[in-house]
Amino acid sequence: MTAQPRATLERELRRVQDSLLRMGDMVDAAVGRALTALSERDSRLAQEIVLADADVNALRYRVEEDCLTLIATQQPAAGDLRIVMAAFSIVSDLERMADHAAGIARTVLRMGDEPLLKPLIDIPRMAEVCRDMLRQSLRAFVDRDADTARRIARQDDVIDGLYQQVFRELLSFMVEDPHTTTRALYLLFTAHNLERIGDRITNIVERVVFMTSGELRELNPEPADTDHL
Amino acid sequence: MGSLANYRFDVEGLQFFYGASQALRDVSIHIEDRRITALIGPSGCGKSTFLRCLNRMNDVIPETRVEGQVRLDGRDIYGPQQDVAELRRRVGMVFQKPNPFPQSVFDNVAFGPRVLGLVDDRTSLEALVEESLKRAALWEEVAGRVHEGALSLSLGEQQRLCIARLLAVEPEVILMDEPCSALDPIATLKIEDLMRQLSADYTIVIVTHNMQQAARASDYAAMMMLVDGRAGSIVEFGPTRKLFTRPSDRRTEDYVTGRFG
Repeated sequence: MTAQPRATLERELRRVQDSLLRMGDMVDAAVGRALTALSERDSRLAQEIVLADADVNALRYRVEEDCLTLIATQQPAAGDLRIVMAAFSIVSDLERMADHAAGIARTVLRMGDEPLLKPLIDIPRMAEVCRDMLRQSLRAFVDRDADTARRIARQDDVIDGLYQQVFRELLSFMVEDPHTTTRALYLLFTAHNLERIGDRITNIVERVVFMTSGELRELNPEPADTDHL
Repeated sequence: MGSLANYRFDVEGLQFFYGASQALRDVSIHIEDRRITALIGPSGCGKSTFLRCLNRMNDVIPETRVEGQVRLDGRDIYGPQQDVAELRRRVGMVFQKPNPFPQSVFDNVAFGPRVLGLVDDRTSLEALVEESLKRAALWEEVAGRVHEGALSLSLGEQQRLCIARLLAVEPEVILMDEPCSALDPIATLKIEDLMRQLSADYTIVIVTHNMQQAARASDYAAMMMLVDGRAGSIVEFGPTRKLFTRPSDRRTEDYVTGRFG
């Protein structure tokens, strides 16, 4: 049993993993910065976030290229193959998460100088939960830890709960005074972007479970009722 | 897996000994009819020994002993009633190195039918040779030179000729022991395509060291390894798709991912 025959394969798998983690850091930072841009009404920062999205997209394509090369040249099987397939899928989720962060930044740009409708309480909380889940999910990817991955998926309920709370609150503002509608929608778009980020993290942990156990199924199925928004 | 009726071979508790040394321990497996089953595992784990148990080719090696049951269509091939020559007609074998006779292409294929008296006139023999060469996907390449020496064919053609020679005696099962290890990649793919075509009518069992070949060309795969007392055994058996994507046994995972072997 020598490690020699797998040296190239291991090196290329590590490269895929390193790029994926770097993407994760970029997304984490983008979400954090988008919330800062929102709370401090910093248009310049918002602009930077929108521009930086291109870097995440570029890295995603690079990881996909690396995965393709690895499959073509190393013919990975079993656990190795599942890592490559999981990485291929995860980078696409990370890329979409970065789009959602850029979406929040664009909302900040659209808001201009209009004052916030209400103080930010639940939205920053949503962002914190998202960022924490993202870091944990990438940790679970590195550790090949399916149990932690399953636990993370359940935290998405916290984000969904906060989102519903924000939604109801903003709806009542709009009903009471239709003049608040535009400003309420700015915040609703922001919360919606964060809610979508939570769903993407669920996708990531599903891939971690698949990678570790070979089991491919939804961890957090959407409820069938239409009350869920 | 289908019902028992779909099994061609039903092996139960097979033990095999070369003199005092045990080469196979407790091998049990069902081999499905008209499917390709690959035997994989590190060198010396008993794959070829097991393959040769399926048509009693090991009988020719002195001081070997078999225990357990190998049933072909429900009948024990090691039973006293078994006609070994008839068994080897039904269960043919292709070897690592193509081994055509130093005769013409035609005579190679006609050899079995002549010996067994399968046809009684020249026209039927010619038809059988042509049919066998067609089934072995060789006819188009050799149609104009069937009376030339078989040894002038390329190695890949020689291997398909050996398959044609075997098909001419109308077997039911084809055993292949590393049939592509002497061939280049194109000739290898031709054999794999041929195996796929033949699996519509024949049961195929192949020993291969080439993991990609097993993954590409087989329906089922059996992972063999040396276990207690250094005798070969099957550690995992199942659909090839599963063995190469989600193996259940750690040893299979390590083998198919190149951690040992």
